Amino acid sequence: MFVYTISFYFFSIIAILSALMVISAKNPVHSVLFLILSFVNTSALFVLLGAEFLAMILIVVYVGAVAVLFLFVVMMLDINFIKLREGFLQYLPFGVLLGLVLLIELGMLFYTNNFSENNLVDFSNLPKFSDVENTKILGNVLYTDYFYLFQISGIILLIAMIGSIVLTLRERSGVKKQKIYNQVHLNSKNAIEKKKIELGKGIDV
Amino acid sequence: MINSILIPGLIIIAQILAIIVPVLISVAFLVYAERKILALIQLRKGPNVVGPFGLLQSFADALKLITKENIIPSNSNKMVFLLAPIITMVLSLAGWAVIPFAPGWVVSDINVGIMYLFAISSLAVYGVIMAGWSSNSKYPFLGALRSAAQMVSYEVSIGFVIITVLLCVGSLNLTKIVEAQETVWFAIPLLPMFIVFFISALAETNRLPFDLPEDESSLVAGFTTEYSSASFVLFFLAEYASMILMSAMTVILFLGGWLPPFDVFPFNILPGIVWFILKIIFILFLFLWVRGTFPRYRYDQLMRLGWKVFLPLSLLWVVLTSGFLVIFNLVP
Repeated sequence: MFVYTISFYFFSIIAILSALMVISAKNPVHSVLFLILSFVNTSALFVLLGAEFLAMILIVVYVGAVAVLFLFVVMMLDINFIKLREGFLQYLPFGVLLGLVLLIELGMLFYTNNFSENNLVDFSNLPKFSDVENTKILGNVLYTDYFYLFQISGIILLIAMIGSIVLTLRERSGVKKQKIYNQVHLNSKNAIEKKKIELGKGIDV
Repeated sequence: MINSILIPGLIIIAQILAIIVPVLISVAFLVYAERKILALIQLRKGPNVVGPFGLLQSFADALKLITKENIIPSNSNKMVFLLAPIITMVLSLAGWAVIPFAPGWVVSDINVGIMYLFAISSLAVYGVIMAGWSSNSKYPFLGALRSAAQMVSYEVSIGFVIITVLLCVGSLNLTKIVEAQETVWFAIPLLPMFIVFFISALAETNRLPFDLPEDESSLVAGFTTEYSSASFVLFFLAEYASMILMSAMTVILFLGGWLPPFDVFPFNILPGIVWFILKIIFILFLFLWVRGTFPRYRYDQLMRLGWKVFLPLSLLWVVLTSGFLVIFNLVP
């Protein structure tokens, strides 16, 4: 229990500190790196909760894919760091307002006990701490009770993917493309042309 | 207090050392094996001066590199620059925590073992990106960009291959994956997936013919251009350690882990760990053989192979496998 408590505070303190660094770091690349640190620590908290599948999915999806592309874009941008800081005071009231709204909402949820641990457990009719792997439990719930919602979210993701591909797709003319089929099926009959050249005259190609 | 924390802690540290030290020593001999095998392919002798048959060559090289001066470029981002090789090295060793060497021989037998390995191998890209960006120089940056795109692309097909295997096993636990192969190794019914996985593993570890992030004929040394001395050694060790890790993953997923090929007399006298190591050596030899045989891919061909060939193929196999399992009532 002692080790559990120590590791909980260790991971949560690092997660919070790195989240603070995300918004206060001067260099945007450092911000993204701190964001990744925050993700990794959050997934460690999931492991402590016993939600091993969620922890691994968090790392694979957010750290392994989303944050890589994020970092990719931020590295490529040529940002003027001083100009980026200029609007700080101007946007501060909005930021504070948003933060306050979120804080009050969370406070209300916890105050009315709608979000407490006991309530969440009541929602599921599955055994609480069983020998069944939580991957299996998640699968059982996702593909039975929440089947339609799961399918709908899949279709939404598919449409979003097609949409972004359509947005970035553009046909450019005059680009030479390698056609592997044509290359492989090239032979001496259609690649070589024999011509008779008269002496002293030459030919047009 | 002492009984509940100190003693289990010491046991865990001893287990970690018992895995990391052999892995690092095998890295040294893998480098030697690579140089010898490449030399044999090219009809040369290879290293034969340091120690008997040149066996100590890698140790001599490592000592030479570590005693050199560690140069940090003045315009680099120093924290990130030094953190990059450390992260790469730690990640290439962290994966070993869940590898089962023989029945019960595993540091941490977690339920989501294969997901953990997948997560660890997908994090490896950060070492390369951080190294490329923090060097603040053209060639490392180009290398990092290539590597980021390449590793993300091939991860997708690796994910589908893993899903195909998991459909046949019914568990994410690595020990159960090996035990499910007692009747037949998955390399036989899932042969195309085995090939896709092996080629994607080459791309994932930045090995030839997909070593474009450190392509010496166009990028000097890619993302390691600015690194010297011990920080370079870490990258070098990490590359080979992750090669061994990927081979171990291939063996567990497709070649039946510690299981002998046939459970009859001459084969089952060898203990499981020996079979496991022999299979890893076989896959590593394939890695080196490919390096000695194939020319480097062009970058657009690499991307085409990943997205237009492997992705549809592995997706199709996921559908086919699940259909087959459902029709013949074989779902575990």
